[in-house]
Amino acid sequence: MSRQWEAVIGLEVHAQLLTESKMFCGCRAQYLGLPPNSNTCPVCLGLPGTLPVMNRAAVEMTIRTALALNCEIPEFTKFDRKNYFYPDLPKGYQISQYDLPLSLNGCLEFEVGGRVVRAGITRVHLEEDAGTLHHAGEIHTSSFSLVDLNRAGVPLMEIVGEPDLRHPEEAPAYLAALRQTLMYLGVNDGNMEEGSLRCDANISLREKGSSVLGAKVEVKNMNSFRSIQRALEFEFQRQADLLEQGRKVAQETRGWSDLEQVTVSQRSKEEAQEYRYFPEPDLPPLRVARDYVERIREALPELPRAKRVRLRESYSLAEDQARVIAESPEDAAYFEAVVEAGADPRSAANWQVQNLQALCNASKIRVADCRIPPVALARLVQLVDQDQVSGVVAKDVLAECFVSGDAPAELIASRGLAQVSDQRQLRELVEQAVTANSKAALDYQAGNDKALNALVGFVMAASRGKANSKMVSQLLRERLPRS
Amino acid sequence: MSLLDLSIAEMARGLRDREFSSVELVEAAYQQIDRLDGELGAFLRTTRDQALAQASVCDRELAVSPDGRGELYGIPVAYKDVLCTQGVETTAASRILSGFIPPYSATVVERMESQGAIALGKLNCDEFAMGSSNENSAFQQTRNPWATDRVPGGSSGGSAVAVSARMAAATLGSDTGGSIRLPASFCGVVGVKPSYGRVSRYGLIAFASSLDQVGPLTKTVADSALVLGAIAGEDPHDATSSQAPVASYQDAIGQGVSGLRVGIPKEYLAMGIEPGVRRVFDQAAQWLEAEGARLVEVSLPSTEYALAAYYVIAPAEVSSNLARMDGVRFGPGFGGATNLGDAYEHARHQGFGGEVRRRITLGTYVLSSGYYDAYYLRAQKVRTLVAQDFERVFSEVDCVISPTAPTAAFRLGERLADPLAMYATDLLTLPANLAGISGISVPAGFSDALPVGLQVLGPYLGEATCFRVAAQVEAAADIWRVGPETAGAAEEGV
Repeated sequence: MSRQWEAVIGLEVHAQLLTESKMFCGCRAQYLGLPPNSNTCPVCLGLPGTLPVMNRAAVEMTIRTALALNCEIPEFTKFDRKNYFYPDLPKGYQISQYDLPLSLNGCLEFEVGGRVVRAGITRVHLEEDAGTLHHAGEIHTSSFSLVDLNRAGVPLMEIVGEPDLRHPEEAPAYLAALRQTLMYLGVNDGNMEEGSLRCDANISLREKGSSVLGAKVEVKNMNSFRSIQRALEFEFQRQADLLEQGRKVAQETRGWSDLEQVTVSQRSKEEAQEYRYFPEPDLPPLRVARDYVERIREALPELPRAKRVRLRESYSLAEDQARVIAESPEDAAYFEAVVEAGADPRSAANWQVQNLQALCNASKIRVADCRIPPVALARLVQLVDQDQVSGVVAKDVLAECFVSGDAPAELIASRGLAQVSDQRQLRELVEQAVTANSKAALDYQAGNDKALNALVGFVMAASRGKANSKMVSQLLRERLPRS
Repeated sequence: MSLLDLSIAEMARGLRDREFSSVELVEAAYQQIDRLDGELGAFLRTTRDQALAQASVCDRELAVSPDGRGELYGIPVAYKDVLCTQGVETTAASRILSGFIPPYSATVVERMESQGAIALGKLNCDEFAMGSSNENSAFQQTRNPWATDRVPGGSSGGSAVAVSARMAAATLGSDTGGSIRLPASFCGVVGVKPSYGRVSRYGLIAFASSLDQVGPLTKTVADSALVLGAIAGEDPHDATSSQAPVASYQDAIGQGVSGLRVGIPKEYLAMGIEPGVRRVFDQAAQWLEAEGARLVEVSLPSTEYALAAYYVIAPAEVSSNLARMDGVRFGPGFGGATNLGDAYEHARHQGFGGEVRRRITLGTYVLSSGYYDAYYLRAQKVRTLVAQDFERVFSEVDCVISPTAPTAAFRLGERLADPLAMYATDLLTLPANLAGISGISVPAGFSDALPVGLQVLGPYLGEATCFRVAAQVEAAADIWRVGPETAGAAEEGV
């Protein structure tokens, strides 16, 4: 008889900070696309004799993040060396934080399947990124390893989550909420493919209702929301199968293979690294002044959840609309600018979410970056709402202006695309429709409501979409009374 | 007689008055090197062409405007090979750094250069500055110019010998547990260990980051004051450098010691001091008393634990600091290893000498989980106690004096087989590194024709007091003009 298993999952997220320079030197923190080892200096190359000097912006961004995640900021923090050998680690140690991190004890609320889940944040600390290695194909078969230290020393924030997640599908939801928060804060670009946002997971199983934790497996190499969920689902099943068979789950590190869709053992507990942490003697400990923390707290932007709630409540938006609009602070600002320019909020939301968003998605740009300024969209929305242009025409105009950058209202005027609401003109078109579609007219009169659509369609086509469809329906009904 | 027998102040005056040129000074230095260094082995490499070219630039400039130059302008100096020099190979006397040509210079080197000092070359030392006899260099033996069958002291042996044998007007060394003061004492020169953070460590190849300081070695106290003044002060590249303004060290010289309270730590004198060394020390103490200082017996009770704490903390930092020497970018290559572990092992086994490997092993051990609390953490507590000892004592006295080392220079090979005896050489010097305070060794006399130094320890950033006391001892001893060769010549003349 199969028992009920429950997953206990915690995520460890590494986020590169969007600082100008690296953590301990003046080299650029943005290294993508640069020739190998061109974005380096004696400090980030770890040349003998060099010393680190702390990037204050990196400390501030970490504190900002920690505050947004409801963390405590201790007054005293220090940096430690994490010692291990690897060719991408030029100093033979990583400057990180061990027992006195910049922040502790926070939480993140996120939604999954309509539920709100609150997950604890153990700590947010600051460390440096390593370089990268390049191989011919796979590392195990390559005849060489090339070291590129362009990334070495880029500030990296580690956000350690409590093991508060209970289902594999909570992991991508947690990560999405965290990612959005980081992007709202302007501290990370959220790019998982390029690795500026990276995620490892710890998962163990226990019998439902039990408080005893099982052996913990760390899963690495997941570089998309989808792979995180798949990897954790796979692990859940693998561990459950082992337990069902009365076997033990080994405490180990496993890597997710996107290709095979399985996790593969990488390192057992016995092979676990001994990092020999000790306080970094080259960096004096930091005293984090309270007023400094308060200044950062006061400057925090409105965060995603708060923004969604406010948009929903102050503009009477649907939950889904609020979510899409609040996807990024820039998109939300765009929406609020459209409303500010005079558009009805709900109409504006409809147009932004359904039409503009679709165009942007197709072009892979953000709403805030598109060629339609908020004022122009507001004007278009107003024209539709005032029946001065039909929805169909407006949609085409929007698509065209999206590409050309023209003002929709001007295009409508110059092309004479304004909606025809003139009763006399419409009556003529209705007459033509009835004459040309006598069967549909009879069907309608015989009680077939759908037949009316064919007649409306005829009028819309004849008017090249400009006819006011509501009025056309009304006039058709008057013209074809049912006895 | 060589131009290099002059003090820096005298050299500077001679340059300004056109009595001799900078080129002549530099040539005189190289004459000494050519004549003596084959046997003494102080220099690992020289940069003669560069130095002479620089000297002739200095001479041209001096001809145009002789006044308003700093006293280091046109003066021949040299640097311990743990200091990075742009474009000049820097090895820390280790095989693993053979061929390493730094693309940048240490801050202290830049500051010396900006004062117009002329670098003659790089000086031998113990590998990565680990040692007390200079016998741990991977490349050559450096000998004591006063008795070439004896060690020069370490680890800045080359730096002390170059000054002592009149091959450079001043040198820079580094002091982690006594590595400037000890060879200064053994070779009869002045050596300063500044307070931790007084001098930038940027570009100093790290031995133990929380203990290392760069400092000068010179013939006279005034010369050291001059050089320290040139290199001291905050450095934006070193987060541990002090922001405190740099005191006027040269003003401290000649102030006398009248009214100063001079502490004599009883624990230091109980450390098996050789009688000849003790005699020199007692004489120096008497001189100070005669000049109006008040001698006070003080106690530094944590002294007996300092050595043990030092040999936990320093190796711990070594094990981490030397990890970058992994063979990937420096060193003897991987020797055909087929996996990463073997590659590291080959590079590091071939690249590091025995003492360095010993300390890496020690440090790796004390930082390992399960041992960290028992060793590293406890050593840090002892370190705090040592610092508190000094704090308390410096509330009672202005400075502390002791012999710099329990003995004069010992024979080559004498302590090589016994690491603990070698480590004990630093008993009197390393507490100052643990506490981060200032210290100086000044020649005070001779024991069996070997120089003996007096150590003056001052509070944190108390360098001026050290100079003040050391200058008084120097004046009373009146031996700084006696070099190893002139001493020999005097004997022959008798």
